[in-house]
Amino acid sequence: MSSRNLDLAVQVRQNAPFPLDAGLECRAGQLMALVGPSGSGKSTLLRMIAGLVRVQQGHIRSGDLLWADGRRHVTAQQRRVGYVPQHYGLFPHMHALGNVETALHHLPAGERSRIAHEWLERVHLGGLAKRRPAELSGGQQQRVALARALAASPRVLLLDEPFSAVDAATREKLYTEIVELRSGLAMPVVLVTHDLQEALMLADRITLLSQGRTLQSGEPKTVLSHPVSEDAAMLLGLRNIFESVVLEQDGADAITALDLAGHRIEIPRQPHLRRGDRVSWVIADAGIRFRAISRKEIAPQTNRLPVTVVKMLTMGDQVRLFLQLADTSVMFRIDVTARLAEELALDTGIRTEVVLRAADIHVFEQQVTGRPG
Amino acid sequence: MDWVAFWLSIKLGIFTVLLLLPLAMFAARWLSTAQFPGKSLLEASLAVPLVLPPTVVGYYLLVGLSNDSFIGRWLVELTGHGVVFHFSGLLIASMIVNIPFAVQPMQRAFEAIPQEIRDAAACCGMSRWRQLLTVEIPLAWPGMLTALVLTFAHTLGEFGVVLMVGGNLPGETRTIAISIYDRVQAFDLEAAGQMSLILLIFSVAVLAIANSLSRRLLKPGMKQGMRSHV
Repeated sequence: MSSRNLDLAVQVRQNAPFPLDAGLECRAGQLMALVGPSGSGKSTLLRMIAGLVRVQQGHIRSGDLLWADGRRHVTAQQRRVGYVPQHYGLFPHMHALGNVETALHHLPAGERSRIAHEWLERVHLGGLAKRRPAELSGGQQQRVALARALAASPRVLLLDEPFSAVDAATREKLYTEIVELRSGLAMPVVLVTHDLQEALMLADRITLLSQGRTLQSGEPKTVLSHPVSEDAAMLLGLRNIFESVVLEQDGADAITALDLAGHRIEIPRQPHLRRGDRVSWVIADAGIRFRAISRKEIAPQTNRLPVTVVKMLTMGDQVRLFLQLADTSVMFRIDVTARLAEELALDTGIRTEVVLRAADIHVFEQQVTGRPG
Repeated sequence: MDWVAFWLSIKLGIFTVLLLLPLAMFAARWLSTAQFPGKSLLEASLAVPLVLPPTVVGYYLLVGLSNDSFIGRWLVELTGHGVVFHFSGLLIASMIVNIPFAVQPMQRAFEAIPQEIRDAAACCGMSRWRQLLTVEIPLAWPGMLTALVLTFAHTLGEFGVVLMVGGNLPGETRTIAISIYDRVQAFDLEAAGQMSLILLIFSVAVLAIANSLSRRLLKPGMKQGMRSHV
């Protein structure tokens, strides 16, 4: 089987029992993270790929095989998918080896046992083959589920929130193991998670899903720096989203100037905008620098904004700052390390200056309509 | 001591269990996952024998199975004899009144199997039949044992329905419960007492064995493994 024949293409729509309009593509050998909040439909989408839920409209293809469209439905039994549910779905009455062997029931007993043993070795559980799931830790159970899912060389590997039911230390260990393991996997891997950091760390591509709709797909870095909409930005945890009117489109300086409550913000020229357009834009925390730090940067006079620290929330070694733009109701919310906050002598009520790094400002393509700028 | 009645009761219990439980298992499995309009009504209908007076159930069965009725005539054609006041009629009545005792524990047991386990079995390529045999029945086994014991014990103790449908024919329809009643009516309290004691000891023993088996069958961790998913 050539790896090219394993590419996964999904485009599904339905109105009931809940609306879904989602699409994703995952190449063989790639890990695609499907990211969205609870109830966004990501697990349903995964179950559709597995063949456990019928597709009403659209299609699911694995390479040249059409798994589902409005009429056709290849059953889960026939698709050969590796599926690891959130709580692993291990058969509690069978030991680890028996669980893995169930995926190989089409093979003769000897071969079944040999392959199952090999997979348990591969997930570092060789010595625990005769233990039942209840006698294994959460992490070990997950490895058994992974071995079972991979044993029959599936056409796609589906992982539904696989790290949500284990403690933080085990999770870290499992991240490493999954990264090691997946380098040898030829099939596409779809990982469902609500944890963005997890997705950014593990995935080659991420797809954002909200209220049953895919908002954006792409490489993690691109999605993070160029969210397509406010919804996507909020899903990515970006909090500094503002609306502005385009003040100037200067061809000579190659800049576009925006108005933020009376303050001028300059960004690299956005050819699609015209003067007077209302736009919404976002800036990542990393793009908001305190004047004291950004002093040496080029063009320090650009995007300098006077702010007042109105609230500080200490959360572990992080401090969440609420910075109000002087004489306006515009509020920046950024997280900095407690050490930095101390070095800058930040405190509630203090006036300071921040610089918005132009390159980190991303204007959403969709223009704002019908709302005040 | 009316040993004929005792053994007739045992025979009735065994036949009821053998014929009813397989049917009840498929019904329970289906009801545990199926969603359809009228499901509550169907479940309520299956539970009716729990709440109706046995004589009412017996009356409807007597009328429904009599040689004048459509079903009765069909059964006469099929078996060559009427089923009312005959062991076969007793068996049919026993199966019907035991439906809730057979279906409900198994339905609850199948319902307790997490969907994830069924999903994982399907994704392992198991056919539905293989899934039932190798995953679901082993996990639902304690519920099936409960259904078996309840059905059997209830058959031994059934009185009203049996009397209405079967009457009191020695060796044919006189079960131990009817025999006890019969002895009391004849002021033979010693025989009634003996039989009652034997029925009591037998029932306690069956329930104790079933409970113990149920605990052993539910291998360590199985319960925990299932509960953690629910």
